[in-house]
Amino acid sequence: MFRTSLYTNLALVAAIIVLATLPPFLGIYYGNLVTRLMILGIFAMSLDLLIGFTGLVSFGHAAFFGLSGYLLGIIMMDTESASLYWVLPACLAGTALASVVIGWFSVRTTGIYFIMITLAFAQMLFFFFNENVALGGSDGLFIFNKPTLAIGSWNPLDLEDHHTFYYVTLVSMVLSYLGLRQLLNAPFGQVIQGIRANENRTRALGFATQRYKLVSFVIAGTLAGFAGFLEAMHTSIISPAHLGWHESGTAMMTVILGGMGTLHGPVFGAFALGYLHDWLQDVTKYPTLYMGIFVIAVVLFLPRGIAGLPADIGRLLRRKSPAETEEEEP
Amino acid sequence: MSLATFLIQLLNSVQYGFLLFLVASGLTLIFGIMGIINLAHGAFYMFGAYVVWWLFGYTESLTVSILLGVPLIMVLGFAIERLAIARLYQRDHLYQVLLTYGLILILNECQKIFWGSDFYSVPVPELLAGSIPLTENQVYPVYRVFISIVCMLLAAGMYLLIQKTRLGMTIRAGASNREMVQALGININWVFAIVFSLGAALAGFAGMIGAPISSVYPGMGDQILIISFVVVVIGGIGSIKGAFIGAMLIGLADTFGKVLVPDFASMAVYATMAVILLWRPQGLFGQPVH
Repeated sequence: MFRTSLYTNLALVAAIIVLATLPPFLGIYYGNLVTRLMILGIFAMSLDLLIGFTGLVSFGHAAFFGLSGYLLGIIMMDTESASLYWVLPACLAGTALASVVIGWFSVRTTGIYFIMITLAFAQMLFFFFNENVALGGSDGLFIFNKPTLAIGSWNPLDLEDHHTFYYVTLVSMVLSYLGLRQLLNAPFGQVIQGIRANENRTRALGFATQRYKLVSFVIAGTLAGFAGFLEAMHTSIISPAHLGWHESGTAMMTVILGGMGTLHGPVFGAFALGYLHDWLQDVTKYPTLYMGIFVIAVVLFLPRGIAGLPADIGRLLRRKSPAETEEEEP
Repeated sequence: MSLATFLIQLLNSVQYGFLLFLVASGLTLIFGIMGIINLAHGAFYMFGAYVVWWLFGYTESLTVSILLGVPLIMVLGFAIERLAIARLYQRDHLYQVLLTYGLILILNECQKIFWGSDFYSVPVPELLAGSIPLTENQVYPVYRVFISIVCMLLAAGMYLLIQKTRLGMTIRAGASNREMVQALGININWVFAIVFSLGAALAGFAGMIGAPISSVYPGMGDQILIISFVVVVIGGIGSIKGAFIGAMLIGLADTFGKVLVPDFASMAVYATMAVILLWRPQGLFGQPVH
């Protein structure tokens, strides 16, 4: 079962309350930054479903993030306004379809092949958009109008408003978290976690593991598409960089930094990494250089991420060497 | 397409394929023997090109610059293996991908700090600057033929090194059974360091010899890395023979893709990969995966 301790639950509720009360104090710049970090949090959670729970290390997850944004951009290209009630399902359906195709090829392979194939497919999409002049080439597309929630003259939520969009994102993030939790506790979730622990045994129990992996891949891809949809709405621009391999690498880094297989960890990872990136841009001329050093330091010294930190410190206090604690990992 | 155009494109494919092979063979060797996915491999290619451009400013000779540059890249590879990669042998692929991804960020930024973001070019040496006439108005540059020949010699040299020398024997043994090699009293860590430096030197050399025909620019390493991955996956990870066939296939797909379907040339490469993987998920010469 996927369960979290009472302390974790309390901390998560506290974090949500803090996020819900923050907007009036943040100002426009930091309000937008936190909105973006929450979007990246959803994206990271979707990748955690693959890496942390299904054991599929996808290095092309940004493909779905960017693809969904492009679909939004294409739909909004010739229209003044469109209703979110059909635009969102259309974008998600398109992304889901793409993840079925890519997933169908990819789950036939395992290990390093899976890493490389997902990467190659993402690059294929990258080049498709990068070289397509009608879709703006390497500059990407501007999204001048956001889809609206209006029905006739009644508009329940004005998505153009920064505060409203902040809360929409927050609610989306919380719902994504709860949805994934529910999924992981359902029989389906039990099977994919079984695949991660030991695929051969799970297959021996009579589960068609390939199909479970494919479904997990599609769910993760579609959720990433949802995050990409929010991102494109939020920044009003979508470019090939959104589905490039640097974006996939950053997402992977986010999951590891936060702690894979914890679901809430990757959200913390997104906040930590995003804030660090923002801060580095202010204080140094070479933010990428320090980011690289930071990535390497996390891999070498913090393999279980922020969410694993309390346990690591606990073990340290009981005077065990790090080498021993690493062996305790399942 | 006339016969001459076809011939020119074929020669271009082979030449591009050979360059790819130099990069991909290092990548596949490092994976096959050390079990490491090295994303930073493309950075060696990029550093090779930049180093040769930088040295050319002083030496005015491509040959001298390459002779000075290759050891530099080898030292860089050796240092990276000892400082970072050596800590990853027992870890999951996921962490290898991440650590080498961090290395890319650092190396790309170093390139910008040292040499800036401009595009540079390195002139073709005068001796090889001519062209071979194919028909009345179509010619083929000598330098491209020269690249193919040099790469062919290197590939042959690599084959001899791996199949016929004591070091090659140790490398092959290390690939099939690491523990047994150690039990025989061979320091496997040194073998790994040598293989990694050699792989880095090959990629660096490819960047150097290719510099006169493609300009030297930021991000050139990322591009070749992804293509090399495709080559390695097609050929079967760890197989040198596979890397060679894969490199030639990708050379053909890329060059003829640019001629026949110019709008989707970059996708032709990945489509080739998808088709081959449908047929053989473990690549042409790879061991079946479980």
